[in-house]
Amino acid sequence: MATETETPTTAEAPVQNAEILERLGRRYDAGFVTEIESDSLPPGLDEDVIRALSAKKDEPQWMTDWRLEAYRRWLQMPVPHWAKLQIAPIDFQAISYYSAPKGPKYNSLDEVPKELLDTYDKLGVPLHERARLAGVAVDAVFDSVSVGTTFRKELAEKGIIFCSMSEAIREHPELVRKYLGSVVPHGDNYFAALNSAVFSDGSFVFIPKGVRCPMELSTYFRINAGHTGQFERTLIVAEEGAYVSYLEGCTAPMRDENQLHAAVVELVALDDAEIKYSTVQNWYPGDAEGRGGIYNFVTKRALCQGRNSKVSWTQVETGSAITWKYPSCVLNGENSVGEFYSVAVTNNYQQADTGTKMIHNGKGSRSTIVSKGISAGHSNNTYRGLVRVAPQAEGVRNFTQCDSLLLGDRCGAHTVPYIEVRNPSATIEHEATTSKISDDQLFYAMQRGLDQESAVALIVNGFAREVLQQLPMEFAVEAQKLLGISLEGSVG
Amino acid sequence: MSLLNIENLSNTVADKPILKGLSLTLDAGEIHAIMGPNGAGKSTLAYTLGGRPGYEVTGGSVTFDGQDLLDMEPHERAAAGLFLGFQYPVEIPGVSNLQFLRESLNSQRKAKGLDPLSGGEFIRLAKEKAGLLGLDMEMLKRPVNVGFSGGEKKRNEMVQMGILDPRLAILDETDSGLDIDALRVVGEGINTIMRKPDRAVLLITHYQRLLDYVKPDFVHVLAGGRIVKSGGPDLALELEREGYAEVVGAGVAA
Repeated sequence: MATETETPTTAEAPVQNAEILERLGRRYDAGFVTEIESDSLPPGLDEDVIRALSAKKDEPQWMTDWRLEAYRRWLQMPVPHWAKLQIAPIDFQAISYYSAPKGPKYNSLDEVPKELLDTYDKLGVPLHERARLAGVAVDAVFDSVSVGTTFRKELAEKGIIFCSMSEAIREHPELVRKYLGSVVPHGDNYFAALNSAVFSDGSFVFIPKGVRCPMELSTYFRINAGHTGQFERTLIVAEEGAYVSYLEGCTAPMRDENQLHAAVVELVALDDAEIKYSTVQNWYPGDAEGRGGIYNFVTKRALCQGRNSKVSWTQVETGSAITWKYPSCVLNGENSVGEFYSVAVTNNYQQADTGTKMIHNGKGSRSTIVSKGISAGHSNNTYRGLVRVAPQAEGVRNFTQCDSLLLGDRCGAHTVPYIEVRNPSATIEHEATTSKISDDQLFYAMQRGLDQESAVALIVNGFAREVLQQLPMEFAVEAQKLLGISLEGSVG
Repeated sequence: MSLLNIENLSNTVADKPILKGLSLTLDAGEIHAIMGPNGAGKSTLAYTLGGRPGYEVTGGSVTFDGQDLLDMEPHERAAAGLFLGFQYPVEIPGVSNLQFLRESLNSQRKAKGLDPLSGGEFIRLAKEKAGLLGLDMEMLKRPVNVGFSGGEKKRNEMVQMGILDPRLAILDETDSGLDIDALRVVGEGINTIMRKPDRAVLLITHYQRLLDYVKPDFVHVLAGGRIVKSGGPDLALELEREGYAEVVGAGVAA
């Protein structure tokens, strides 16, 4: 028997907190611009631009052809409008699709100019030899190109490949051809098709059979140039029994224009492999009046192809004017496991429409979804999720928990869970709550000595704890601070 | 100089006058009890001294250790040494007691220009104070007041008081919800932590029973928004025996 339910529930903030809502704007520490000469393609998009981009990256013909196919698909596709988002029309001809610091390619980090190293230093991601993050390998992507990757030698000794996507296309074409587009095909959706046509750089990770990656891998994405978009492509493959924990961070300068970031991330986990993918997204969110900010339209999907394979997405989304992303798991393998842990914070005029899809095709596959949405100011925060159980998938289990926290009475929290079950043996649980920071909690914490901002940060971090616990230690601390900063000025 | 000096304090809550010219003076080393019928303004007094938003002062003055208390934010009052024991301690899900108290204490220390306590130093302090109140350290690892019984919440308030080490504790019906054993433990805790020459306590209570364990130096009756009668410990016994109406007059107690 097939059952299909669709239960959109909407809770517009019912809050009457008397003193809330002095919107003082927020601090954005990553909002600076690096003065560096760049080599950019002029704005505009057509087949010649794609060929030029592909040529700049010395790509083989198959890659150029793949891009062009994607571009032709994209031209046929309508702009999607199904999400609960107010998006100003995007002029795709006004965007420059390639921007890179001028000069020859860097063969090692020693050749990277000081301005760039300083940029990452300032962002708390030291790349130079002395100050490298202990136990974390970093690939640093600046606008359209990777400027360097740390700990490569150490990783190569174990057979692990961690490099920029451009390099992978040149050095490991057989792996890239096998897996690129295998999870997110180039015609998957509007923004994925655009990405497939114009993607510039990103990270490639390959963990061979039986290898446990000895350190955290991370990519730090930085948009610097104006009037550009960032279209990165990340591909992670974990062979049988392999394990890797990967983290990405993102920031951009403060600008009045909206900049487009349309990424695609593909993960492949074979038998008994595990991938842990964490995101701390802090793109520029726009100012207190909603001017500027990044459009963060991202397609992330994992293929849990093997038996007992496991993929765990953890995301802390604090930035971007608009976030539109649903890191998902296609659970093909028997007893495969998908997890999604999310904290999404929206303040001022930010909009987030985020969630996950858990597609259960494999017998005994299990998934867990924990989503914590925090809305403040005039923002809107939507959880949108799909749990689908295929007819052949016996004994599937899913647990979903969606909690919303409201600060003030002008923001919105929305929960849109879709559940499609075509196998009666499935156990699906869904829990949802909506609450607000109470005056009682604020006063209690302040009476113990915390100022208002610290009290809000403490309460919000408590609310998000289940998710923050999933992050690697070094990043959990960063994420906690970020949550506090994102909500500065939201309670007055 | 008195530690707390309240002069002619009036306020409103949601535009309704509650305190109507209340005056009270506490010196260091003293324990004062405030008793009074329901609705007299006892909790309002506690919240107003704590600086709770919505408790609007319309007249009078309050000085704390010579400073204008009414001019300070709630967290500044806390750092100055004012502790409010809540009648209904508040739950903060996902935040452990230890984390909450360490952040609170270090925030107060920062305001006083002191270095923060390290994790180790803080745990030693917390262990000592929890032991004093018979509260298991495991309780302090749990989220603030979440799933605590009424008695555990009140004991937790006292552990917080012990750790934050205030000069003035205003304890709002700390005895409510306590069984007789817990009452003794809490009473002894108050004595150990606060019965010192440089400190003072303002005990707000309905009943005499807590005063069996914490002997007040002065007892005041609060009715109709002001102190209508003051006396020694005997006044509490008299109130218990004869009721508010009899002692302060039916018109005032209503």
